[in-house]
Amino acid sequence: MARLLLVLFCGIALAQEDPALEKRVRDLSSELRCLVCQNQTLADSSAPLAVDLRNQVREQLKSGKSERDVVDFLVARYGDFVLYRPPLKASTVLLWAGPFILLAFGLFLLFLRIKRKVRAPELSDAERARAAKLLE
Amino acid sequence: MRVAWVLGAFVALLVLLAVGLRLDPREVPSPLIGKPAPAFELPLLSAPDKTFSQKDMLGRVWVLNVWASWCAPCLVEHPQITRLSAAAVPVVGLNYKDERKDAIPWLTRNGNPFVASVFDGAGRIALDYGVYGVPETYVIDRQGVIRYKRIGPVTPEILKEKIEPLLRELNG
Repeated sequence: MARLLLVLFCGIALAQEDPALEKRVRDLSSELRCLVCQNQTLADSSAPLAVDLRNQVREQLKSGKSERDVVDFLVARYGDFVLYRPPLKASTVLLWAGPFILLAFGLFLLFLRIKRKVRAPELSDAERARAAKLLE
Repeated sequence: MRVAWVLGAFVALLVLLAVGLRLDPREVPSPLIGKPAPAFELPLLSAPDKTFSQKDMLGRVWVLNVWASWCAPCLVEHPQITRLSAAAVPVVGLNYKDERKDAIPWLTRNGNPFVASVFDGAGRIALDYGVYGVPETYVIDRQGVIRYKRIGPVTPEILKEKIEPLLRELNG
């Protein structure tokens, strides 16, 4: 029991060592993808590799490196894939611009339809006469 | 007219899905292809007092195989790695997050295809190689540049269609 308490205490002490650093580690890890379970962030995953990478992030931030440096370190090894927010470059233009292109296309179609609808009900004099007769 | 539109949209969607479903999102493109193999100086698995470095392989075309005794797919690809080594391709093993007491008997049991196995108990060097799923296999050329990377077990098809032709090309 005493042992368990000691372990618990050490765990708490460790976590509280530097809350500011821990927050930075958490913030950065939640921007990064865990490569083992690819739909989880590095912050959420408990895969051994995610633990290693989180420790790496912590170690590097602690040694005075910036968030940018750590991200570059990981991208150099694992590629843009580790980023949940892919960078804007030639190969990802479609990814970023795609939704807006689709939106513009949709608006264009909508515009065409409305224009056609507005133009449609032009009646000739004969038709008007018939309509008036029917409405009497 | 309307039918043509709907049909067109349907075919476009079909093409999109056909392409999309064929892509494997697990296949992470490695940024390391065409880059120099990350440097390491690690103790040998068999002799902790001796070290081995990627520099020792300069001037030779070689294969780096990341493996571990706890890794089941490593056993699956073992015949392929053994076949490489039987064809006189120098294969270096990177023993990943393993224990010597497990790794050495694994080699005795299953055969040792490696010219050398280095011991990366903490997995720190594997991190430099962008390892995320053991086994992983790299083909490295004479200048020490990574030319190919396989994540996951090397299947007989991959060996025949990708790795062996590349080795022939690099050695030719």
